[in-house]
Amino acid sequence: MAERPLRIVHFLNQMFGGLGSEEAAGMGPRLVEGAVGPGRALAPVLAPGEAVVATVICGDNYVAERTEQAVGELVELVRSAAPDLALAGPAFNAGRYGQACGALCQAVTRDLGIPAVTGMHEENPGVELYHRDVYVLRTGESARNMASDMAAMLRLGRKLVAGEPLGRPSAEGYFPRGRVVPEISPKSAAERAVDMLLAKLSGQPYESEVRLPRFRPVPAPPPVPDLRHARVALVTDGGLVPAGNPDNIESRAATKWGSYPIGGVRDLASADYEVVHGGYDTSLVKEDPDRLVPVDAARELEAAGAIGELYDHFLSTTGLANPLDNSRRLGREMAEHLRAAGVDAVILTST
Amino acid sequence: MTPVAEMVGSNRVVPGNGIVHPVGDAARTPAEERAIRRAILERALQVLATPVAK
Repeated sequence: MAERPLRIVHFLNQMFGGLGSEEAAGMGPRLVEGAVGPGRALAPVLAPGEAVVATVICGDNYVAERTEQAVGELVELVRSAAPDLALAGPAFNAGRYGQACGALCQAVTRDLGIPAVTGMHEENPGVELYHRDVYVLRTGESARNMASDMAAMLRLGRKLVAGEPLGRPSAEGYFPRGRVVPEISPKSAAERAVDMLLAKLSGQPYESEVRLPRFRPVPAPPPVPDLRHARVALVTDGGLVPAGNPDNIESRAATKWGSYPIGGVRDLASADYEVVHGGYDTSLVKEDPDRLVPVDAARELEAAGAIGELYDHFLSTTGLANPLDNSRRLGREMAEHLRAAGVDAVILTST
Repeated sequence: MTPVAEMVGSNRVVPGNGIVHPVGDAARTPAEERAIRRAILERALQVLATPVAK
């Protein structure tokens, strides 16, 4: 069988690179020829023509304290060895190391166009940060299974280099990256669902075909200390925008939000607005926009002293069929705007 | 849509008056509507001033 050459570069932190422990965590990037430490564990499983041609080593703190610069330097070292594949770690549960491995793998694939594989324990913060962009093999917490972890990383790496189709993440051993891939199954969805239910009921393992989003609990802010002196803002996801939709806010899957002036306005006038939300009958809101963004009532409360001041803009976007990442970004941006504007509290009206 | 708001982690949720007019009511006169709107807003202000357990 012909040799399939495979040049591998391996990234290690200072400790696994044998250069010291915490006291050496500040050391900068360097390249060593051949395999070092864990890289040597690959020797028994390397096929003819495959070799760890170089090992790139860097201190955990060096990367953590200047990540972009450090990753740039590491990518150049990797590039200099002209590899076909990069392996990083595995980092097990070491957080700084995991983040360094994840960042490097991401940059290597992006900048050098070659596959990269790392490995981490599921609680490593590097998993949360990088599992969507990087192939992160699932490992245990300790280096106990280093040899088999390295071998599994290499197996996955080989498939990536050869462009072979991958099996399910659980079969290949890496953390799901959030890709949904169509598959043909001999069983109908109804049969698969019942199988799953029976397994669940009898305490057998089962694998969901759809990963449900997980919502982290949001700590409740303390109450507004004195509403009578507070600046309160109105925000909506009902898609109310000035006539003409000047910011081109979409009717669904919105990628934008807008901030619209209401200084001196006591009541929103129908002619000045339109409603771009594609998910509900917008005619009643179009008839009287205050039915969605209650400027008139808010002005009454302001005049009565119940609130200190109504913020002189309302913020708006369309909350319909929006991927979570997008909604989160919109929310974050709106919050930053409101915070910069000295707003103390928000009333969000939602359809 | 209050169950959705609660599911994603909102801590202070006040039910509105329906999807097509969260702070309105097309079945009422304009004056009645404004009163409903004001009442919902006042409830919102009350909630803003209240500590929340979670």
